[in-house]
Amino acid sequence: MDSKTLRYIVKRIILAIVTLWAVITITFFVMHAVPGGPFTREKAISAEAQASLEAKYGLDKPLFEQYTTYLNDALHGNFGPSIKQRGRMVTDVIIDGMRTSAKIGLIALVIATSFGILFGAVAALRRNTLLDKVIMVMTTAFVSMPSFIMGSLLLIVVCVTLKLLPANGASEGGLILPVITLALYPMAYITRLTRSSMLDVLGQDYIRTAKAKGVSERMIIVKHALKNSLIPVITYFGPQLAYIVTGSLVVEQIFAVPGIGRYFVNSITGRDYTLIMGTTIVLAALIVIMNLVSDILYKIVDPRINLE
Amino acid sequence: MNNNILTGHIDLSSFEPASAQEKEYMVQLRPSTTFFKDGCKRLYKNKVAFVSLIVIVLIIVLSIALPLVWPYSYDRQLGNRPGRPVDPSFNNLRPLEYSLSEQAAIEEGESVFPHLFGTDAAGRDYFIRVVYGTRISLAVGFFASIIVLVIGMTLGSIAGFSGGKVDMVIMRIVDIIYSLPDMLMVILLASVMRESLGPAIDRYAFLRDIGSNIISLFVIFALLYWCSMARLIRGQILSLREQEYVLAAQATGAKSGWIIRKHLIPNCISVIIISTALQIPNAIFTESFLSFLGLGVNAPMPSLGSLASDALNGISSYGYRLAIPAIVISLIVLSLNLFGDGLRDAFDPKLNQ
Amino acid sequence: MSLLEVTDLHTSFFTDAGEVKAVNGVSFFLDRGKVLGIVGESGSGKSVTAYSILQILAPTGRIVSGSIKLDGQELVGAGEKVMQDVRGNRISIIFQDPMTSLNPTYTIGHQLMEAIMLHTNRNKRQAWDRAVEMLRLVNINEPEKRMKQYPFEHSGGMRQRIMIAMALACEPDILIADEPTTALDVTIQAQILELMQDLQKKLGMAIIMITHDLGVIAQLCDEVVVMYAGSYCERGTADEVFYNPKHEYTKGLLRSIPTLDTVGQRLKPIIGTPIDLLNLPKGCPFAPRCDAAMKICVREAPKSQDINEFHKASCWMNVKALVEAQAALEEQPAAPDEAPEPAAAPAAIAEGGDDE
Repeated sequence: MDSKTLRYIVKRIILAIVTLWAVITITFFVMHAVPGGPFTREKAISAEAQASLEAKYGLDKPLFEQYTTYLNDALHGNFGPSIKQRGRMVTDVIIDGMRTSAKIGLIALVIATSFGILFGAVAALRRNTLLDKVIMVMTTAFVSMPSFIMGSLLLIVVCVTLKLLPANGASEGGLILPVITLALYPMAYITRLTRSSMLDVLGQDYIRTAKAKGVSERMIIVKHALKNSLIPVITYFGPQLAYIVTGSLVVEQIFAVPGIGRYFVNSITGRDYTLIMGTTIVLAALIVIMNLVSDILYKIVDPRINLE
Repeated sequence: MNNNILTGHIDLSSFEPASAQEKEYMVQLRPSTTFFKDGCKRLYKNKVAFVSLIVIVLIIVLSIALPLVWPYSYDRQLGNRPGRPVDPSFNNLRPLEYSLSEQAAIEEGESVFPHLFGTDAAGRDYFIRVVYGTRISLAVGFFASIIVLVIGMTLGSIAGFSGGKVDMVIMRIVDIIYSLPDMLMVILLASVMRESLGPAIDRYAFLRDIGSNIISLFVIFALLYWCSMARLIRGQILSLREQEYVLAAQATGAKSGWIIRKHLIPNCISVIIISTALQIPNAIFTESFLSFLGLGVNAPMPSLGSLASDALNGISSYGYRLAIPAIVISLIVLSLNLFGDGLRDAFDPKLNQ
Repeated sequence: MSLLEVTDLHTSFFTDAGEVKAVNGVSFFLDRGKVLGIVGESGSGKSVTAYSILQILAPTGRIVSGSIKLDGQELVGAGEKVMQDVRGNRISIIFQDPMTSLNPTYTIGHQLMEAIMLHTNRNKRQAWDRAVEMLRLVNINEPEKRMKQYPFEHSGGMRQRIMIAMALACEPDILIADEPTTALDVTIQAQILELMQDLQKKLGMAIIMITHDLGVIAQLCDEVVVMYAGSYCERGTADEVFYNPKHEYTKGLLRSIPTLDTVGQRLKPIIGTPIDLLNLPKGCPFAPRCDAAMKICVREAPKSQDINEFHKASCWMNVKALVEAQAALEEQPAAPDEAPEPAAAPAAIAEGGDDE
């Protein structure tokens, strides 16, 4: 690895750290910008009760001190207690929710990537045939439909009308639809990405040389084209994860899946500020780190580096 | 022309030299067009993009025109007339059904305008709510994109023209905002904004009508989404300056300005238009997403996302109430994306074969 | 029978903008061990002709009509399997840009051995030896070391030698060289050409040399085909075409080369730009740029005429010359020893008209 790449990686890591700091800071100050604080929404409580609650949560201290305390705690993984779910620490709630959500998310990721690459390669090889056109139309459709639309339609068709699968995520087989819903958009995106990248590679001179040597089409694809075509797909890992995270917010609502997305949404409507903050930061951290990893990976395998 | 050429069969005059005009006539140059006309021609040929454009225009026209002529309004709870007892038979009507009082009116010979999509749980005509929701979604998408465009262009130009420290600072900010997970920030800000902006908005009747949520939506967009536009503009300005130096080095004098204007302005404008055209569906999607989560428009104003969200509750009996706004959003976003793609294929100078 | 016979080849590219007629009725043949040059400007269809022979056209391209026979076997429509056997094995090609024609992610050895193992029955060890042998043949030093290196570690000239080694590894009957020296420095050009001449003598394969450089043709080629806008203008032995050009385009090309005689005079380029292949006009494609264009040139495309046994050309000037000769002879009562000519002349035209 040469110095240029190294410099880039260092720059990116610094950017990621700064971004994370920005996320925590923004989250903190935004939450505290809400007038009245978290307790005024409750049914009327006496002034003393309010004062003691605020003291308990450290809300009577000056804002900046609260900020540094929070920052310090957050870096140690302590996001404080949940305001609405009495007796539970935010961290515990998050871990609990992540169990289900991570499972769904990972499976969706794997499905999206593998099928996406497959369909994209097929479309590129059978370019301009009916198969290609069909694939392109379908991917355009899936790419344009927001996840909650897909989810809702699937819910109506599969669960309500056809009664094939349960609508409740907690029940048996209830995770199939959420996974499919989450996987559709990234799969369509990866298909298009693979297709255009492969078409690009197939137009290169060295592919023509291989063909002129008498290499069969299959071998050209497998040996010469595939490796180079997959590089853009690597760059998509970060955004893909971001999509799955935000998509899960909606999908878990629709299919009543007890995951972190659902907890997050509920915490928003229920104004559980510590939970909102904690979840935002954890999810944001996940996304930022994934983006960083995929950016670095891309830089390492960039063929232009090899040509130096 | 036959194979056996004998003298008698050839007209010797054919061997006379051809004139310059005759030679030019052979070469039909393709008519040279301007960049703009060329792009329009290509766009027109793209049937998919053309159809999408028609669909969008149709939807826009309908969403503006229909509420003006429709006998029902989006917020009118039909069973709830002042001075009369509440009539619950208006609620939850299926498409083309009538409430009891309406049926009575029909039997008396009055004609009652049908409820094409039925009514919702509060007795409001669902069709007009969908149409109004479309209007809101489109308007929000459009205005949000304009805001993004203006801010992005301003900051991008400043960064591009100033260079140096100013440029660096702005670009670092862009980098950070760009890396922020946008949806999470949007949700966070949305959930908080309506509380904090509420008192500020109530002061102005105009703003109150629009609703605090939509305002906060615009504010969020203004804060977060201007980055890619700013980068694009800055990039264009930088390449413009580079060209300027190159041309200046060639000492063509005043001509350089003309060339830049002729070549780079079309580039700039097409890039801006394409970027905005693809930003609008993004904005609409974000708005409907937020509305779906309950962070969008305030009731009773409908948005396609909030309609879908409300319909989730009664999904087993009234599945169509979820399907209809879902399909409409998909149609809008799909058409806008296809049209944007078509625009890009037609006008993006880099993609020219 | 010739080793390679191309007859009335028509190849077009079907694009969104329409049908681009890249090759319109080209014919030539190539005998064993001979060197044929195809010369013309960019866009004249020379490369497309070569790609048509090997059927490695871009996806939008197709051979519309015509025949290509290798040792009597028809290649047009023969199918992928047959072509894969021909490519790299019986007919090889080297391309113009050696920088991009080699896969950057595989070693040189790997790419050489790939070709060898595809077409011959050698195992890995034997393929390795053969590859090293080929590298030595093209005068690359330390071949064993090079086998493990990557293309990007070498200069343009070296890469072109590697391409040649790769192309010749399976001892093809024909080597097609598509502007092999255009992308290289002048001194390297000379080396590569010398190498090719050398190899040709050593291995005895036929070569089709595609170039726009008349000097290369003069140096290497036995026979020449001159192309313009997808059609052929004239073909024959190098001597014939150079010293007795019978097409206005060829004459223009030769005129435009500065020689020692023309020192101090203005250069005489051929004015105008090549024709648009999407909108091919009806007459001779060169007419708009031809000083000697006649009315018939604008109206109709000329057919091929035999100038002599070694030389054919498609130009109305030749017909005009013959016609004038005939007319002149008819005016005077023929002297006995001149009589045979008028009979011979129309016969020559008649024959020339109906072949290719």
